Amino acid sequence: MLKPTPAAPVDRDVFHLDEADGHGSHSSPVLLGFWIYLMSDALIFASLFATYGVLSSSFAGGPSPREIFELPLVALNTAILLVSSITYGFAMLAMDKGRVRSVQTWLAITALLGMSFVAVELYEFGKLIHEGATPQRSGFLSGFFTLVGTHGLHVSVGILWIGIMLVQVGRFGLNTVNKRRLMCLSMFWHFLDVIWIGVFTFVYLLGMLR
Amino acid sequence: MSSSADTDLHAHDDGQTHGTRKSYLIGFALSAVLTIIPFWLVMARPLADPTATAVLVILFAVAQILVHTICFLHVNTTSEGGWTLLAYVFTGVLLVITIAGSLWIMYHLNSNMMPGMMDSGEVAGTP
Repeated sequence: MLKPTPAAPVDRDVFHLDEADGHGSHSSPVLLGFWIYLMSDALIFASLFATYGVLSSSFAGGPSPREIFELPLVALNTAILLVSSITYGFAMLAMDKGRVRSVQTWLAITALLGMSFVAVELYEFGKLIHEGATPQRSGFLSGFFTLVGTHGLHVSVGILWIGIMLVQVGRFGLNTVNKRRLMCLSMFWHFLDVIWIGVFTFVYLLGMLR
Repeated sequence: MSSSADTDLHAHDDGQTHGTRKSYLIGFALSAVLTIIPFWLVMARPLADPTATAVLVILFAVAQILVHTICFLHVNTTSEGGWTLLAYVFTGVLLVITIAGSLWIMYHLNSNMMPGMMDSGEVAGTP
């Protein structure tokens, strides 16, 4: 009564209207903002890599990388994470085509692969701790558990996020908001794969060369 | 390579979020190769020299990070008007300063101020 009705219909689900036009103008502040968050996350990992680099030869009489690392296990985990990257990619392709069922399937497969990754990592940690190679044993092990554990924590959060998106997509379908969330999660998931390249190279492979 | 026409609706250079089936598969194949070779180099040790092996392994990691950045994260000069690329390069610079700077400083701290406290007397990878 007091205000004239807006000329353009407003999409109730969308709080960023500039995204509502689907015409390729992907100047979404959310996506760029999320990207900048990821870059700040990369700096956290940079400081953890630097810490590990400084401490990586401080064994304090404890075990060295060559004595405790098992490369077949690391290779398995690398393969799992790499495959999960492409299954997430397939979820995004299905999203572009608007296939809800297909998106859910690929997301679920990605989550299962992520869980396998975390399971293998927890097995490795458990084995190390059982052998006495605990984080408090030496500076090298403190740095190792902090760096690798932080990455594993990120993957776990990613799995939780996938679970939430499965519920969201199941309830509301592939609307604009869910699409944007899936795009952010896509960046997050692929970003973790990039960090893992640094981990398996600098921690495990170069550690075995010591 | 796209099988249907509606894939191509979003296949133009908006980058950032959308890939094509082709870009994902190329990225996956390259990543697999760039992972298998460094693992093979370390596990089978075809090269006797550990330094040469280490340098090669690092080069493969750098190459794979670039492949992931382009094929999976879709960072290019056009996505988000080039801001993702700018943020990425800026972060890369900070990352190198943080890691290389920390190693450099701690190496000199160890070797100049704490004689006898380092077992090996060196931190690998420092200049």
